[in-house]
Amino acid sequence: MMTAPSTQTAPDGPEAIRFEHISIRFGGLQALDDVSFSVGRGEVHCLAGENGSGKSTLIKAIAGVYQPAPGARMSYFGETIPASSPPLARKKGVAVIWQDLALFPEMTVAENIAFDSLVGKPRLVNYGTIRETARTALGKLGVELDLAAPLRSLPISGRQIVAIARALASDARLIFMDEPTASLTQAETDHLLAVVRVLSKSGVAVVFVSHRLAEVLDISSRVTVLRDGKLVGVFDAAGMTQSRLGELMTGRQLNQAVSARDPGNAPVVLQTAGLTRAGEYEGVNLAIRAGEIVGLIGLIGAGRSELAHTLFGMTRPRAGEIRLAGKPVRFANNRQAIGAGVAYVSEDRLSLGLVQQQSIADNTVITTLRAISGAGGLISARRKSAAVTRGVTEFSTKIGSPDDAVSTLSGGNQQRIVLAKWLAISPKLLILDCPTVGVDVGARDGIYRIVRALADRGIAILMISDEVPEVYFNCDRILHMAAGRIVGEFDPRRTPIAELERTVYA
Amino acid sequence: MTRIIDAMTRSFGREVPGLVGLLVLMIVGFSLASPQFLTGANFDSIASQLPELGLLTLAMLAPIIANGINLAVIAVANISGLTLAWVLNMYGGPDAGMLAFAAGVVLALAVGGLAGAAMGAIIAWFGAHPILASLAMMIFLKGIGEFLTRGGDISGFPEFVMGLGHGTVAGIPVPMLIFIGAAFLWHLLLARTRHGFAVSMIGSNPKASEYSGLHVKRSITLTYALSGVMCALAGIVMLTRFNSVRVGHGDALLLVTVLACFLGGVNPFGGFGRVAPVFLALVILQTLSSGLNLVGANQHLSTAVWGLFLIAVMVLRSGTPMLHALLANIRR
Repeated sequence: MMTAPSTQTAPDGPEAIRFEHISIRFGGLQALDDVSFSVGRGEVHCLAGENGSGKSTLIKAIAGVYQPAPGARMSYFGETIPASSPPLARKKGVAVIWQDLALFPEMTVAENIAFDSLVGKPRLVNYGTIRETARTALGKLGVELDLAAPLRSLPISGRQIVAIARALASDARLIFMDEPTASLTQAETDHLLAVVRVLSKSGVAVVFVSHRLAEVLDISSRVTVLRDGKLVGVFDAAGMTQSRLGELMTGRQLNQAVSARDPGNAPVVLQTAGLTRAGEYEGVNLAIRAGEIVGLIGLIGAGRSELAHTLFGMTRPRAGEIRLAGKPVRFANNRQAIGAGVAYVSEDRLSLGLVQQQSIADNTVITTLRAISGAGGLISARRKSAAVTRGVTEFSTKIGSPDDAVSTLSGGNQQRIVLAKWLAISPKLLILDCPTVGVDVGARDGIYRIVRALADRGIAILMISDEVPEVYFNCDRILHMAAGRIVGEFDPRRTPIAELERTVYA
Repeated sequence: MTRIIDAMTRSFGREVPGLVGLLVLMIVGFSLASPQFLTGANFDSIASQLPELGLLTLAMLAPIIANGINLAVIAVANISGLTLAWVLNMYGGPDAGMLAFAAGVVLALAVGGLAGAAMGAIIAWFGAHPILASLAMMIFLKGIGEFLTRGGDISGFPEFVMGLGHGTVAGIPVPMLIFIGAAFLWHLLLARTRHGFAVSMIGSNPKASEYSGLHVKRSITLTYALSGVMCALAGIVMLTRFNSVRVGHGDALLLVTVLACFLGGVNPFGGFGRVAPVFLALVILQTLSSGLNLVGANQHLSTAVWGLFLIAVMVLRSGTPMLHALLANIRR
């Protein structure tokens, strides 16, 4: 064990919150089982756990939304209370910033920040006061924003700052941030961390809630880990790593061995020469052999997904050449790419990967409608159900009924349906864009095993990711992309992971 | 009983058993209230009024499943009817032959399809909102129609045209047979063809459909083109029934077609909708209206009752889960 449970107590003075023996039950589900959680004043704390581990339930208990079972002891800033409620928690200075931020896109920055101080109070709105409130709150963060700009004109990172300022404007002393770095670039994350440091110095405690904490571990003092509604432990952040956290969250050793192999003399499936699309990517040369898994690592904005879109026929390159199985191709649209055997698993499974409202069955056969059609061009119920059964059993996807909406499945099982629909076209090249986004740490191994099995069938695979361990342990070769160019190539068998992490996150 | 309901649900959708129950209830109620209700004459009256509204509703159904709407259904029906009238008049009006009628029908269907295709192409390729595109098409076609007819009626068709509109085969009015045939074809189109599959997928999420390789623009254009053909069929049936064509005829039906779709369980947000429950919904609406008529209610009142009825169905539908929970509790 690299990290021992924390022996260090929280900083001096009464703690921001201390919740002990919290148990919450929903019907037959024990969402929280005797969990204790405390945060010191001005402390930066991490709350880690997989989806369904009880993180959200715990936050909602602290915010007064859920009442714990009898036996719980709760105190805010040294003051013990018998029962909590959302207004009480807010009055004591607890604020939660959910991932969707719950802001108003059409209102101005100032109005968003001053919102809580406006609700229900004055009958007439004084815009001078609103601006003053907003300016003060932003001043505490050391940030300047155009107060009159509509919120929607800000990037996600700017909106997060607004959400924090809004919490400060209503005198928050403990701020929970739900998955704050999920959609930020590295530079934006750094900026957010700087703001959090300022908060912490001024005595405001911040709790990061996430299952991806690598970026925030640095500035945190302790990590609380939950699993299946139970407390795994409270650990010092110093010396904690993402992989150790992964083990604590899932309760098992993850497969962390380099799986790279030499593709040998297998035929080259994809080759690009000087592929360029101004503003997106430039001079991209890459080659993938049959059965080879090539990782494409780079931060958001490096041009990875843009390159993938061109390979999938969604956009046209300005210059350069794409060869598929030796033949030059120019796709006018993605249907031609699919026809040529190119499959693309989008990073956005919710709005691009699957038609969430429609059934598991329909999502499985959407790529092979012609093959399941029978007499007179009508879709044959028999062929369709055979295709669905094949697709579902192929990757042992756990489903209820094939007629259920695909949105009822877990992230990992949804991704299996995506993979099944693409396997059905017998692809030559499979592009995976962040294949484990929204998939629980414990379920990722299953996806990686499937990807390796697909490569073993001779499919060339391009795995795009912004997580170094993902490409390091699952790819045969890694290309590093930055600012639209491929700037480096690595062999996981020769390069230590730390070196790759330094290069990519530099 | 449960087995019958299960079978109905399986083959026609989960809306059907409830609607059938409603229809039975209504028939029993009206039969008790009026001795004329369960008569052949009343059946004839329902069966001859239903097809117009029915065909127009089918034309409305497909675009709604594609998460669009076709507000030009009446206008397209009228312009197609005018096309047929124009061909008939060119070949001698009352003396026009069968061949002229057939040619006119083909031309009318083509005009309807073309108007629909134009609307669909504008929506698919230029990203126009379906409400705006179809509204513009409606106003354009209405204007053209008024210009050509100078606001008047076109009439004077051969005898056999009237015969078609009012004739029967095996006791069933011809327009009703046309409607039943069209509904069956529409059911096949939407539930069994690749195009129908694409329409549902695109109606739920056009982006994800495109990423999966569906030809989204073509499917949307085709949806409106076929909707236009269905409108033309409605226009032709209207011509044979009234023995005349006038721009603006049937305008009042426009929103009723939308409501009939929703009564038939079509999802207002696109992606889901079936022909069978919509067919039943139409029968229910027509039965309601003619039943009210027989018990002596004012004709205008029947429109109000339609509205009230639709509101009641929406409330009941969203209340059904609550009702189920309540029943489950009582059983326990």
